[in-house]
Amino acid sequence: MKFRSLALAASIAAIGLTSTVATTSAHAQAKEQFFPVIVYRTGAYAANGGPWANGYVDYLKLVNAKGGINGVKLSFEECETGYATDRGVECYERLKGKGATVFQPLSTGITFALTEKAPVDKIPLITAGYGRSESQNGAVFSWNFPLLGTYWVGADVAIQHIGKLAGGLDKLNGKKIALVYHDSPYGKEPIPALQERAKMHGFELQLLPVAHPGVEQKATWLQIRQSKPDNVLLWGWGVMNSTALKEAQATGYPREKMIGIWWAGAEPDVKDVGAGAKGYSALTLQHGAEPGSKVAKDVLELVHAKGQGTGPKEEVGSVLYMRGLISAMLGVEGVRKAQERYGKGKVMTGEQTRWGLENLNLEQKTLDGMGFAGVMRPVQTSCLDHMGSSWVRVHTWDGAKWGFSSDWYQSDEKVLRPMVMLASGKYAEEKKITPRTPEQCKQ
Amino acid sequence: MIYRENGQFKTSYTADQQIFTIAQDKIFVLAVIAFAFIGIPFLVDEYLFRAILIPFLILALAALGVNLLVGYCGQITLGAGAFMAIGAYAAYNFFIRIDGMPLIVALLLGGLSSAGMGILFGIPSLRVRGLYLAVATLAAQFFCDWAFLRIQWFTNNSSSGSVSVSNLNVMGWSIESPVEKYLFCLTFLVVFALIAKNLTRAIIGRQWMAIRDMDVAAEVIGIRPMYAKLSAFAVSSFFVGVAGGLWGFVHLGSWEPAAFSVDRSFQLLFMVIIGGLGSILGSFFGAAFIVILPIFLNQFLPALGSFFGIAISTAAVSHAELIIFGSLIVFFLIVEPHGLARLWSIAKEKLRLWPFPH
Amino acid sequence: MGFFIETLIGGLMAGMLYSLVALGFVLIFKASGVFNFAQGAMVLFAALAMARFSSWANAALGGDSLFLANLIAFVGAGMVMFIVAWVIERLVLRNLVNQEGATLLMATLGITYVLEGVGQTLFGSEIYNIDVGMPKDPVIMFESLFEGGILINKEDFIAALIAAILVGVLTLFFQKTPIGRALRAVADDHQAALSIGIPLNRIWVIVWCVAGVVALVAGIIWGSKLGVQFSLATVAMRALPVVILGGLTSVPGAIVGGLIIGVGEKLSEVYLGPYVGGGIEIWFAYMLALVFLLFRPQGLFGEKIIDRV
Repeated sequence: MKFRSLALAASIAAIGLTSTVATTSAHAQAKEQFFPVIVYRTGAYAANGGPWANGYVDYLKLVNAKGGINGVKLSFEECETGYATDRGVECYERLKGKGATVFQPLSTGITFALTEKAPVDKIPLITAGYGRSESQNGAVFSWNFPLLGTYWVGADVAIQHIGKLAGGLDKLNGKKIALVYHDSPYGKEPIPALQERAKMHGFELQLLPVAHPGVEQKATWLQIRQSKPDNVLLWGWGVMNSTALKEAQATGYPREKMIGIWWAGAEPDVKDVGAGAKGYSALTLQHGAEPGSKVAKDVLELVHAKGQGTGPKEEVGSVLYMRGLISAMLGVEGVRKAQERYGKGKVMTGEQTRWGLENLNLEQKTLDGMGFAGVMRPVQTSCLDHMGSSWVRVHTWDGAKWGFSSDWYQSDEKVLRPMVMLASGKYAEEKKITPRTPEQCKQ
Repeated sequence: MIYRENGQFKTSYTADQQIFTIAQDKIFVLAVIAFAFIGIPFLVDEYLFRAILIPFLILALAALGVNLLVGYCGQITLGAGAFMAIGAYAAYNFFIRIDGMPLIVALLLGGLSSAGMGILFGIPSLRVRGLYLAVATLAAQFFCDWAFLRIQWFTNNSSSGSVSVSNLNVMGWSIESPVEKYLFCLTFLVVFALIAKNLTRAIIGRQWMAIRDMDVAAEVIGIRPMYAKLSAFAVSSFFVGVAGGLWGFVHLGSWEPAAFSVDRSFQLLFMVIIGGLGSILGSFFGAAFIVILPIFLNQFLPALGSFFGIAISTAAVSHAELIIFGSLIVFFLIVEPHGLARLWSIAKEKLRLWPFPH
Repeated sequence: MGFFIETLIGGLMAGMLYSLVALGFVLIFKASGVFNFAQGAMVLFAALAMARFSSWANAALGGDSLFLANLIAFVGAGMVMFIVAWVIERLVLRNLVNQEGATLLMATLGITYVLEGVGQTLFGSEIYNIDVGMPKDPVIMFESLFEGGILINKEDFIAALIAAILVGVLTLFFQKTPIGRALRAVADDHQAALSIGIPLNRIWVIVWCVAGVVALVAGIIWGSKLGVQFSLATVAMRALPVVILGGLTSVPGAIVGGLIIGVGEKLSEVYLGPYVGGGIEIWFAYMLALVFLLFRPQGLFGEKIIDRV
């Protein structure tokens, strides 16, 4: 009986508290540029989501330490999704009411869901290195910004790299390339681009899906052992990557012939495989592990030294940390650009930030000045190109650290542009969107 | 004092067999529905609509369906997420492939497809029982996860396997704003809850309960287990399928199979068991508990922390959320194994005698 | 032919590992009638404890003796699992005696959440390493017989061997020791066991402890194979078809079931998968179990369910 009344009391108290929390979260708005931070620090992908989130938040802190964007300080709030789409949508709804500048969900699933919502709420969506590949076409996807590169870029460059190693793209004829991919929209995104290239160069593409979360790959690697592909492309996320490398070791597939996407080329993917992953290469989204870069040193000096660091000190400069940091930088620069037009020292709305992102022009000089010398190449966006750059390098794991092993590549616009236009056209037709004309773009 | 049924005499069988035999109950429920339709749209902000109320309504509908199968017919299922997926993808295909397909018809057709698959996957229940059946229903779950990822036709050949719908409207009424979405889902829920309540009071519901209580005995007194079990699977899957359609169309707008993963199935079973097996009201309580509690904890814990001047990291909050959520589930199961609905009826019993219990 | 044998061996070894997890389910179900969904979380929890203790002990010992560090970690993790078992018995099971199967199942799901939360709070949520010196590189045998030889994964082979030994030890424990007899008595009939003076609560603690140790061994093997991280808990999902195929109450069932499922899913994925786009092994395992259940509703070795009105 006692228990029951206790339970009743508890539930009533809970209902009461819900309403108070709901009301308190409504205000808390000031003259600060608010950056919502959607993260996953728990769950199956925590090991990868954590460093990204730390880099993202550390950069925002760094901007504040340097005096904000033309004097406008940044505020931010984290929201945990656990990589689940419905929690991501909840986070989006929760944070958008606080004057959100730009959302960066770091999940292809959440990106797809938010693509439908962002235009209604007029909040831009940066998906640096992930998301819908066709959203590069800003005329249709006004609010999506797959900055720095899409999966199609990744797929395209991976084939270029394999071709270069083989001594020319024409040498790919008759070869066999296997794609080991995460069985989700994320993993399936590169397939059309790879099929296009397969048609062009006459290589055979073998598709090997791995079910979420990717801890069971024995059958996959048995198939690889049977079919002996010339190269394996690894399109995994989280534990799937390290498992793939371990299985490759266990079945004796040479790691030198494996190439991962930039989400399969960070420290958590290879660290506990150690020497077993030696020789494994992965694409990079411009940057690799950059502990020596100036911006990383700035973070250590201006944020960590003051005891305000988000994660452990050793993590600063690691691959996913840098990815988060650069993602934050792109958002911040979008705001800075927007301020040039809509008034310096003012808080920008989502709509104004969108203009800033669409007219982003980060020259090498600017980037070097911000501490990204040697880390990044220029980014310039436009209405038709929301990606801004497609520079990619390849880095290789030597058993202890990542090191660059190739020159810069760029995706072949001749191959990808028609695909982007076709896919985005199909989307526009489905959604009854009229693509913006060049005149509308200028507004 | 207020909740007294003295003087309410039933003079006919019809009066005795009404859904709410006590006048106060009837007034209360009607008042709640009226408030939900008229009051809430004026009181609530967008966040509550989109993040809490709409998911709550849709998952309550799904929980209702699961409760018909688990609570009324006694067949434990861990595959409810699969039937949500079938409902959503079938509705999607009807919606985009047939020109001018009305939204409601598409959703109902999605439900019907789900019902058909429900019968198919219900067949093993004729032979396999209890926990064995529960695990076997996971076959449906994993099969559907796979099928919607792999078979391109279902997703209209979208390269990523993710589908989306937009421009929803019912006879010219466009469902875009959160209030409209809320009202749309609420209408569905009210109609389906009424159907469910009446089903469970009718002969078919009595057959289900007989099967649940002891299927051999039920068979002996002339109930056909095949008909009863498969009809329970069909009706339950229909409800769950419609809920799946709403989840995809109205709540997410764009979805992939992961939206209906095995976690969703567990979540639905949780709702039913925490809420109360074999209780329509319980499905609502359970859905409210499971939808609101994690979100509440996620926002309340940092607020609590800052009240005491401690900044709790996001990771710690989510871990604490898991721990408290799990503990509360165990706590409620221990305190009231028959679910929150039972607590409610105890409260009502008390209220009857209040303020003079003796 | 060589490749077929290779797949077969791969399946058998994978199956042996599934059996190890399935064994935990069976032990607990036999003794307390609880279908313990938390088994996966227990594997994760044990592996996390093992990995962290090992690295801490190694640091404390100055990195000299990995073996000693692992030994200390094993004992430590074993004690952690004992505490977990005791707490579960005390706080959960004791209060839920005589409840329906579904309620107990949900309670274990609640325990899953708690364990996942506590585990990540105490031990962190990064990927950790368990290094018990398992060989990672493959060996190739019978090269003269088949083209390309037959590849055998040494690590899997050792793991399967350990699993087999553990099963043997457990069987002996159940058959020959007084505690084992008491356990079997409880499994047969709670009340009868209680009336002849077997302390039910203590037996439950022991069973959960044994399941905890099984989870620890499974956690070490899987953890050393895959790295210790959150997804380790999902191995429970792979072991479920094994449990129902073999029968919820049968230890040999868990072994045979594991082997059937392991072989079935690898063969299906390799030979059937390419025709339908791949990725079929997980649902194939469940379908396979379902087909067996249609013929034997209580699993291969489960006790026959007799209905009386």
